[in-house]
Amino acid sequence: MASEDVFILGIKMTKFGKHKELDTVDLATEATLAALADGGVTMKDMNIISAGNLMGGALPIAQVIQKACGQTGIPAYNVSNACATGATALRVVGMSIKAGESDFGLAVGVEKLAGAGLLAGGSRKSDGKSWERSGRYGAVAGVDGRIGTDIMPGVFAQIGMEYGHKYGGANFELFAEISRKNHFHSTLNPLAAYTKEMSLEQIMGDIMIAYPNTRPMCSANCDGAAAAVLVSGSKLKTLSQQQQRRAVKVSASILTSDPYEEACQVLPNVNTLTRAAAKQAYEQAGVGPEDLDLVELHDCFATAELVHYDNLMLCEEGNAVDFFKSGATWRTGSMPVNVSGGLQSKGHPIAATGIANVWEVCHHLRGEAGPRQIEGAKVGLAHVIGLASACGVHILESNTA
Amino acid sequence: MSDSIPFVNYLVLGDDPHLVAQECKACGARFFDRRNACAGCSGTEFQSVDVPTQGELRTFTIVAFAAPGIEVPFVSGIVDCGGTSVRANIVNVEPSPEHVKLGMPVKLTTFPIGKDEEGVEAINFGFEPAA
Ligand SMILES: [Zn+2]
Repeated sequence: MASEDVFILGIKMTKFGKHKELDTVDLATEATLAALADGGVTMKDMNIISAGNLMGGALPIAQVIQKACGQTGIPAYNVSNACATGATALRVVGMSIKAGESDFGLAVGVEKLAGAGLLAGGSRKSDGKSWERSGRYGAVAGVDGRIGTDIMPGVFAQIGMEYGHKYGGANFELFAEISRKNHFHSTLNPLAAYTKEMSLEQIMGDIMIAYPNTRPMCSANCDGAAAAVLVSGSKLKTLSQQQQRRAVKVSASILTSDPYEEACQVLPNVNTLTRAAAKQAYEQAGVGPEDLDLVELHDCFATAELVHYDNLMLCEEGNAVDFFKSGATWRTGSMPVNVSGGLQSKGHPIAATGIANVWEVCHHLRGEAGPRQIEGAKVGLAHVIGLASACGVHILESNTA
Repeated sequence: MSDSIPFVNYLVLGDDPHLVAQECKACGARFFDRRNACAGCSGTEFQSVDVPTQGELRTFTIVAFAAPGIEVPFVSGIVDCGGTSVRANIVNVEPSPEHVKLGMPVKLTTFPIGKDEEGVEAINFGFEPAA
């Protein structure tokens, strides 16, 4: 028996930004109920829930969501995969449907992050009374800042600069221009945390966090949630015409981790696993990069977006700089990337991101994106990467044809 | 009795300061942390190998915000030491893109980072421009 096709039946993201009055449960519930309503189903229809939340403590967020809006006794999977958490939740539900265990499933990601400072990779300890070694390097004090950097803007700055060193042509101005594109795109997205156009001068003249990433070139810490209802292909056939027409096919759902390579434990290698995920996704979906009408990729920093043009094979290997300079990735270009505003301007509530970018793609494939609609969009790709590392790639196709 | 200690276990002090990696006997993968097994091949036997002290700056960033006690701005980089990648601060250079260049030759250097209450000095390493 062939495994089931998987479709997105309903999907929603909340407004990203500062939600002073709303807590994690409020945001998750808002997204969940909206996604169920969008799909024309209820919590009682769900056969599985998978959810993620990274910054809210050790909450079993899936059960928290159930307690907030519907305890039906279904299996609950709490997932944690850094910035790929939302994509992981989506994939867990998709696997269950593919395996024939579930007809319907719910995936949710939620985060309260507004006001959070720099996100560092490791913990720091202060120098003690007498030197004492700790950790796997036997360090007598925190290594962050003393032996390179753990802060994310710095790690991803090095990743982008490394690409520039390898292939040439990438400089501060080019990375800032990538950021200008995404901030410009966000002016059309009412759910983005920031919706202000920024000039190159403003971006380059803003506070430097880790060269070449200035503040607007870093993902925006914010609050938000996103949820999706998935359905099996055979169940979808029993639903209404409108539900079938708006359903979006999940043509590929891929998750990879980083394979060992020299240097990958010294500076995270985000290239190997992204390229592998993209390759598998194109194979699974039976499409190529040239078939994509839009891409939402993980621009956690301007320096990251550049390398993922290459990793997702949107351009020839080593050619990301020229590809960007051609204008291809602006919303008017041949391969619009991050028309939502991306993580830099739409915002990056970590666990929600991997579902929110799928929502953006679905919005266009359904022809419901209003002023920012990419006309005639039929196929899109959503990519996320979480350090340590996990990469999620989903290829989505409209069901209207 | 020693008055100075290396900041991390993989730094060897003395007349010729250098880094020591744990090299997998089966596949040659090199690591700087305490190992249980090899990430490349799952092998469990390692030998200590000296890492060249000269290298090339493969990438860098200039960090402007850091934890208390860390002087900013500082340069963080990855140095290719004859095929072994090393993470370190780039020191004895002005922390600006005009002075730090991708591909520039660098060499290992050591410096004290402070004393504990017993007067023992911790010595850290970094890489500096190699003339
Ligand atoms: Zn090995």
